[in-house]
Amino acid sequence: MSSISADALQVLALIVALALAYRPLGDYMAAVYSSKEHLRAERWIYRCVGADPDREMRWPAYLRGVLAFSLVSVLFLYLLQRVQNHLPGSLGFAAVTPQQAFNTAASFVTNTNWQSYSGESTMGHVVQTGGLAVQNFVSAAVGIAVAIALVRGFARSRTGELGNFWADLVRTTVRILLPLAFLAAIVLVACGAIENFGNWHDVTTLSGAHQGMPVGGVASQESIKELGTNGGGFFNANSAHPFENPSAFTNLFEIFLILVIPFSLTRTFGRMVGSIKQGYAILAAMGIIWLGFVVLMSWTEYAHPGAALQAAHAAMEGKEQRFGVGSSSLFATSTTLTSTGAVDAFHSSFTAFGGGLTLLSMMLGEIAPGGTGSGLYGMLIMAVIAVFIAGLMVGRTPEYLGKKIGGREIKFAACYILITPAVALVFTAIAMALPTPVHSALNPGAHGFSEVLYAYTSAANNNGSAFAGLNANTDWFNTTTGIATLLGRFLPMVFVLALAGSLGQQQPVPVGAGTLRTEKPLFAALLVGAVLIITGLTYFPALALGPIAEGLS
Amino acid sequence: MSLSSQSLRGTLRVTWAAFRALLVLTVVTGVIYPLAVFGVAQTAFHSGANGSPVRADGRVVGSALLGQSFDLPGKPGTPDPQWFQPRPSAAGTGYDTRASGASNLGPTNPALTKLIDSRRAQVAAFNHVAPSQVPPDAVTASGSGLDPDISPAYAKIQVDRVAAARHLSPAEVAHLVAAHTDGRQLGFMGEPTVNVLQLNVALNALKG
Amino acid sequence: MTTATPIRSQLPQGDGNPGQGQGPGRVGAGVFDPVQLWRSLPDALRKLDPRVMVKSPVMFVVEIGSVLTTVFAFDTPGQWFGWAIAVWLWLTVIFANLAEAVAEGRGKAQADTLRKAKTDTVARRLVGDAEEQVPGTDLRIGDLVVCEAGDVIPGDGDVVEGVASVDESAITGESAPVIRESGGDRSAVTGGTKVLSDRIVVKITTRPGETFIDRMIGLVEGAARQKTPNEIALNILLASLTVVFLLAVVTLQPFAIYAHAEQTMIVLVALLVCLIPTTIGALLSAIGIAGMDRLVQRNVLAMSGRAVEAAGDVSTLLLDKTGTITLGNRQAAAFVPVPGTTAAELADAAQMSSLADETPEGRSVVVLAKEKFGLRERHQGELAGAEWVPFTAQTRMSGVDVDGRKVRKGATGSVVAWVHERGGTVPADAQRLTDEISQAGGTPLLVAVEDASGARVLGVIHLKDVVKEGMRERFDELRRMGIRTVMITGDNPLTAKAIADEAGVDDFLAEATPEDKMALIRREQAGGKLVAMTGDGTNDAPALAQADVGVAMNTGTSAAKEAGNMVDLDSNPTKLIEIVEIGKQLLITRGALTTFSIANDVAKYFAIIPAMFAVAYPGLDKLNVMHLHSPQSAILSAIIFNALIIVALVPLALRGVRYRPMSADRMLRRNLAIYGVGGLIAPFLGIKLIDLLITLIPGIR
Repeated sequence: MSSISADALQVLALIVALALAYRPLGDYMAAVYSSKEHLRAERWIYRCVGADPDREMRWPAYLRGVLAFSLVSVLFLYLLQRVQNHLPGSLGFAAVTPQQAFNTAASFVTNTNWQSYSGESTMGHVVQTGGLAVQNFVSAAVGIAVAIALVRGFARSRTGELGNFWADLVRTTVRILLPLAFLAAIVLVACGAIENFGNWHDVTTLSGAHQGMPVGGVASQESIKELGTNGGGFFNANSAHPFENPSAFTNLFEIFLILVIPFSLTRTFGRMVGSIKQGYAILAAMGIIWLGFVVLMSWTEYAHPGAALQAAHAAMEGKEQRFGVGSSSLFATSTTLTSTGAVDAFHSSFTAFGGGLTLLSMMLGEIAPGGTGSGLYGMLIMAVIAVFIAGLMVGRTPEYLGKKIGGREIKFAACYILITPAVALVFTAIAMALPTPVHSALNPGAHGFSEVLYAYTSAANNNGSAFAGLNANTDWFNTTTGIATLLGRFLPMVFVLALAGSLGQQQPVPVGAGTLRTEKPLFAALLVGAVLIITGLTYFPALALGPIAEGLS
Repeated sequence: MSLSSQSLRGTLRVTWAAFRALLVLTVVTGVIYPLAVFGVAQTAFHSGANGSPVRADGRVVGSALLGQSFDLPGKPGTPDPQWFQPRPSAAGTGYDTRASGASNLGPTNPALTKLIDSRRAQVAAFNHVAPSQVPPDAVTASGSGLDPDISPAYAKIQVDRVAAARHLSPAEVAHLVAAHTDGRQLGFMGEPTVNVLQLNVALNALKG
Repeated sequence: MTTATPIRSQLPQGDGNPGQGQGPGRVGAGVFDPVQLWRSLPDALRKLDPRVMVKSPVMFVVEIGSVLTTVFAFDTPGQWFGWAIAVWLWLTVIFANLAEAVAEGRGKAQADTLRKAKTDTVARRLVGDAEEQVPGTDLRIGDLVVCEAGDVIPGDGDVVEGVASVDESAITGESAPVIRESGGDRSAVTGGTKVLSDRIVVKITTRPGETFIDRMIGLVEGAARQKTPNEIALNILLASLTVVFLLAVVTLQPFAIYAHAEQTMIVLVALLVCLIPTTIGALLSAIGIAGMDRLVQRNVLAMSGRAVEAAGDVSTLLLDKTGTITLGNRQAAAFVPVPGTTAAELADAAQMSSLADETPEGRSVVVLAKEKFGLRERHQGELAGAEWVPFTAQTRMSGVDVDGRKVRKGATGSVVAWVHERGGTVPADAQRLTDEISQAGGTPLLVAVEDASGARVLGVIHLKDVVKEGMRERFDELRRMGIRTVMITGDNPLTAKAIADEAGVDDFLAEATPEDKMALIRREQAGGKLVAMTGDGTNDAPALAQADVGVAMNTGTSAAKEAGNMVDLDSNPTKLIEIVEIGKQLLITRGALTTFSIANDVAKYFAIIPAMFAVAYPGLDKLNVMHLHSPQSAILSAIIFNALIIVALVPLALRGVRYRPMSADRMLRRNLAIYGVGGLIAPFLGIKLIDLLITLIPGIR
């Protein structure tokens, strides 16, 4: 079988697996957020927290919960790294420096998981498992909770109540992420991912040299790293590392884990707003973009333009033999179109257009299908914008899911789409204007610019992957990317929740023949167009000086 | 009570709840969950959970999943013709498990072109084949720097050189390579591979 | 007004697409005269004042850009490029202002004529029994003023005493005088109108300066124009897109410097102006003004733009049966004879008996007899010795006694009584026929005769409400647009249902009281629907206020006019449908031009980006798919296109995008194809063409 047809089969198998999971998982999640019952374990947790899970919150209260929890998380994770040398199981690693600890804490709490450190030489067992892995769970849960609050805003009428943050956080963790992550971790460990809490020890290799044997609770973190679209590698090589991602099968399985919750959330959305078809329309828009990018990426990677890749006869620099070009393209597209940022091959060595596609994927706002929760709310915001423009063209005040999109709603949506480009571009511009940051770039010319642009795009969009040639462990990059992740995560959440509150108060408008049908294919196509044009255009000048210039030279 | 002290009190209350929530969730997802995975892993998948160790001559010589260098003893960086050679590695000085990673050199970076050209020349000369016969994986560094595999094509061009160095018949070595060549998983996942360490362990066993 | 406004609103029947604004007799609504551009130029220049510009964030940015480029052009005076860009940027701003000025200018002419009507009047105020002369501007609410023939009514108010004919042409453009009388639903008078006969006492209900005519002037001038909710929302979106692109351009310079391709300020401003949505930003306010203007041209005054937008969203229309759905009076539809009588005999008798009946019903019987049986209308003088019995409300019968034969026609009860008086009997068949007609929603009239054979009933005339021509099609259209029509009538449910079925309305409210109407509106609104209705009476006022779009008839009471958010000067209830269409058209025009504006950006990128960076990265010249002549001509072409497209679209903005009733889905598909895909392609052609023309200019090649 040729590589290409094998890759096509891989994509097909992935789609089938996602399709099989779509209904049960989507419906299950909808049931989780609609349920009135509490599990015994959950009751125990609520008692510990001291929160009443049945108390409805309006958007400011919900937001306060999100922000307080995230703030506490940043502080806790920061402290944990700062005192690492005093912790048991530290593997002899020193305390993490203040800038790097801040960067890492901000990055993991915001579901970015950008890493300016190398896992195998920086983090001990306790920080990895009790700090970073925990944020892998809860940052994903916070994202989903906010998305569910927005969905409730659409689904509910004449109330500003969006649910209870603590209940959503705990249920997401306990009922959705934990069981799935556990099963996935077992699958990974069965395929060779390691799970132990021993100490590094050297072995004498066959040729008589010495090689250290890595240790750690890798499988348990790897599963939630993908499932929660976190992406922070246990090791520096991330999912290219054989202990994180041992085989072509685990590779496909990890891609499945990355995509399954974000895609299935559209079903949850459809269920909760009372129209499965509305969910399908969002799914279709996400799916079209995802598949289109997979095809483009595979095409350019197989074509391997670029002098060095031509010299190598294939775009295999930075790619693993067991994955090859096809699986790596699939992974790269999936990880940047979600907020994952895990990599099984290194984007910096991709073809110029391939690297450009990973950049563009993030620039679109990571909404196809996007991060856990953040993908859904990001796409719904774009849907609001698309409805606003297209809705006018059918001669009515635009409405989406029966909710009118008026001044308030468009203000929140417009602020949302403003933030990430602003953060990404302004930080990149400052970095480029200053004399020193540019020295962090490994490659010369347009590619060097792409490295800096990639760093801030990744941080602002909470992706976490990198054009890893950039030496990001400098005070400048640790501080600025850390700030960028925080701004890129929480400011949008403010507007999402405000929008949810505003929508929830509305009385829905019944659907009639004069209503723009947002569940139809035409709307899905329109949404794709709006995403590509409105967000794509913002970045086009920057892309022209980065990957496009590199690719066309 | 003034409004600001009221809101301050509210903020403190929610922050305190957040702190307790973080602690309890840390216990659940940071202690109970990894221990559960650990328990199952160590019971049911002991070898894999501990790094898939490979034994030769009665001792552990590495991990089936991690590539390693096969250089001349005491001459790091100089490949030993007796062994099948892995891909170039950007991890440290080569296959350093404490510094996994890729070169990150860009596709149009002249330094990378130069590196690839020189690798091609070196591999071709080392294996006495034409430069055009050298496959891509032989001249490119992997993502992890710990890639345990090479392509069947790269294994194939090394057969004659290894056989000559070990005074074995090329057919015998070629047979060994074939036995250690894995196709795509389930026929369509990933690329065909040859695990270098396991091939070399088998090679080592032949001699003995 | 009559002279200044060549627009006559036409009767809606027979006009399939009144929203198009292009039909015959719809002068001015859609026609755009290029001379208007020239005439509005001074206004456009006045609007360059930054304090005015700042209201449109997009164009304000362009203005700042114009200033910057001008300054930089001075800096390097030898370079034609900087000057060319500066000039075209200024033109872009002026074109935008021109669009608004033209839209406003069309209202100004109307306002001027209105002002003439509002000459300073002298009011004759009643103080006790005495009269005093005061200026009209000194009147207060509650003052009583006397107006006699020849007087101009000094302010808005209600007639509290007397009846007069009033010339309201200053407001409505209708020259026929109307009757205004105290009490009832025709008591409201408007300041500025003229009493033609008799004497009335008017109680002033509005403060000077806030009268109907004042508000009307404000409205048509656009002076009182407030941004509508949707316009505000769109402005927010446009402003945020502007900020995004501003950031994209501002941050570009450090990137360019790194690439050794530092850009001049002029080029960066050019890029920014090309990217921000100038097309819609320039035309947005013109679209809104023109929308109001289209209503004014149909003689409808909207008290707020909000109401016009709401009209587009209406999903339930409450229409009064009489005058809106039906012609307003019942007409003879059939002659149904009793057994033993032929239809021709019946028709003859019916015609004879109706000649003395001047009511519309009576006339319709004569007309039907002529149509169906070719019976020529006889005149009362033709029959010698005939004794005519005219129809009166007391007898409820009419007829004629001639040649010893007495023929009568009238209400069932009256005619039955008449027959019985004369010793005749009414056959059971007649009773059955009248019942059947009643049940079908019609009104039966009995025809009886007394001659040598005695008094007897000949048959029944079937009177029914006649639904206006084309109403069914109209309602079908509305249904396709997603609008439900509910007929409101005082008729009994049976009659109401029959007419509702015939007219094709979706629902009806029979024996409707004002409270029922109110309840219906509330019910619809509770379901999230927007309701539009018309009304004229004081008892309609609460419902008019409750409805999202309440159109008061100008003939109605001032209470009704206060309660509604629109006034129809023609007092034509069918116009509600047109109002809905205008509302929709307004929103569609905004959406279409926004889409067009954003889609335009793609082509502009392909012109400007290679022009900016191909020097540093020659590969980027591959993006120059239009093969533009030089970097400078490429950037200039994009800027010129950007400016000219505004002027090119002014007529569309003023006229509104063509609107046809169709489902939302089809409409979206159509408009997306035209304005979305068209917006992608058009600038590629336009920019290329302009580039070709620029290269023809000597000294530039």
